[in-house]
Amino acid sequence: MRYGYMPGCSSHASSVDYEASTKAVAKALGIDLVEIEDWNCCGTAPISSVNPEMAVALSARNLALAEEQGFDAVVTACAACFNMLYKAWDNFANNPGMRKQLEEAMSDIGRTLKGKAEVRHLLDIIVNDYGLEKIEQLVTKKLTGLKVVPYYGCLLGRPKSNFEDAEEPNSMDGLLAMLGTEVLDSDFKARCCGSSTIFTKRSYMLRLLHDILEDAQRLGGDMIVVACPLCQMNLDAYQTNVNSAYGTSFNIPVVYFTQLLGLALGLSPQQLAMDKAFVSSQKVLNRVSNL
Amino acid sequence: MSAPAEYLREEELDHNLIYEVASFPGGHKIFSCQQCGSCSGSCDMAQDMDYTPRKMIEMIRAGMRKEVLGANAQWLCTTCYYCTVRCPRGIEPTEVLYAVKSIGIRDRGVDPNNDSPKFYETFCDTVHKFGRQHEPTLMAIYAFKGNPLRLMGFAPLGIGMLAKGKLGLAPSRVKNVDEVRKLIDRYRNKV
Repeated sequence: MRYGYMPGCSSHASSVDYEASTKAVAKALGIDLVEIEDWNCCGTAPISSVNPEMAVALSARNLALAEEQGFDAVVTACAACFNMLYKAWDNFANNPGMRKQLEEAMSDIGRTLKGKAEVRHLLDIIVNDYGLEKIEQLVTKKLTGLKVVPYYGCLLGRPKSNFEDAEEPNSMDGLLAMLGTEVLDSDFKARCCGSSTIFTKRSYMLRLLHDILEDAQRLGGDMIVVACPLCQMNLDAYQTNVNSAYGTSFNIPVVYFTQLLGLALGLSPQQLAMDKAFVSSQKVLNRVSNL
Repeated sequence: MSAPAEYLREEELDHNLIYEVASFPGGHKIFSCQQCGSCSGSCDMAQDMDYTPRKMIEMIRAGMRKEVLGANAQWLCTTCYYCTVRCPRGIEPTEVLYAVKSIGIRDRGVDPNNDSPKFYETFCDTVHKFGRQHEPTLMAIYAFKGNPLRLMGFAPLGIGMLAKGKLGLAPSRVKNVDEVRKLIDRYRNKV
């Protein structure tokens, strides 16, 4: 299977750490992620708000490029990109009216879309294609003693997904347990972080962030583990805003699953860009495994 | 002094609104709503909304155009899709609210003090320019378009992002950006 990699816009900015750790882990595992040439913004929620069909068409261009470049699947580590690309794929495959419209839109820009390339999330590729057994053989450093709270957010499993459950997502759980961590189950694991609504309705969104952080703390989690750049940014960069709004003193590192996987594969925190987070994970990592 | 209306007046209703919403992708099932409230019960933002998702759907069906477009519900929707996966009738309230946002932005039917349309349109303009999103450009234009105090609100985060090397100062561009522009223009002109 040839994977066409779609980094997504935030990979160049707010989630450079996700991008760095994704590439480092893919390399360590020997997964070939070739960037789709000339990919564009997936459309995501703000563009869907201006016009939902416009957003679907923008994602369709990426699918067309992937097909053209001979990829079997579009792979992204961003849950928002995954959601939009999957929506475009689903509309093309299952909604005849939208299919016709997308064919016209693609032909207008000199592209063709046949719906051949699948849409996949990196977490799905790592857990289900590559598999935990193969990863386990490559683990050099067990993360024993680390208590983690997997947080999935919305868009890996909702509204439709080809690998994750809408209500009880669990793809990260098995992986993190295999890496030696103690996995804690939060009732808030599939709730919303506020996503890009943080930019327009911040004061309201802090409540959502507060509830997720509070539950992680109540469970005794050392860190929250995510698979989405928006989840990471909101829970990490706005943690001080939550603290001042709610009089709390949360200081919970929010790391990407690729970063913990990378550590277990023997990569250094620097190689995984772990210094980029607002809430430092250094203390926790020192305590558990001298990383 | 007239008392507030306690009933709907036929002349103030727009019976076309439901068909307009139904024409959006995922909007067509709105006719089958049974008003059970699973959407509102699943909504994390319902407590802050002036009209909950269930009420919004009924107001769309009743044709209360002004009230629907003027509501805050659609702008508080974080598109978490809980309502969509739980609706027993297969309605997609998230898509219904996308339709309501889209109609509001198109018709300029939104309270000018509401910053959400400005943000979403600026986001769209930035992608029109580069083919990809560029966060510093987006935030700078957004700040100037609306309340300048907002820039102050985002300053600490921006400085933090800069210090962490998470700001992405140089925009990343699509080579064939004309294709992206054509797609955006196609749908902007359509609505």
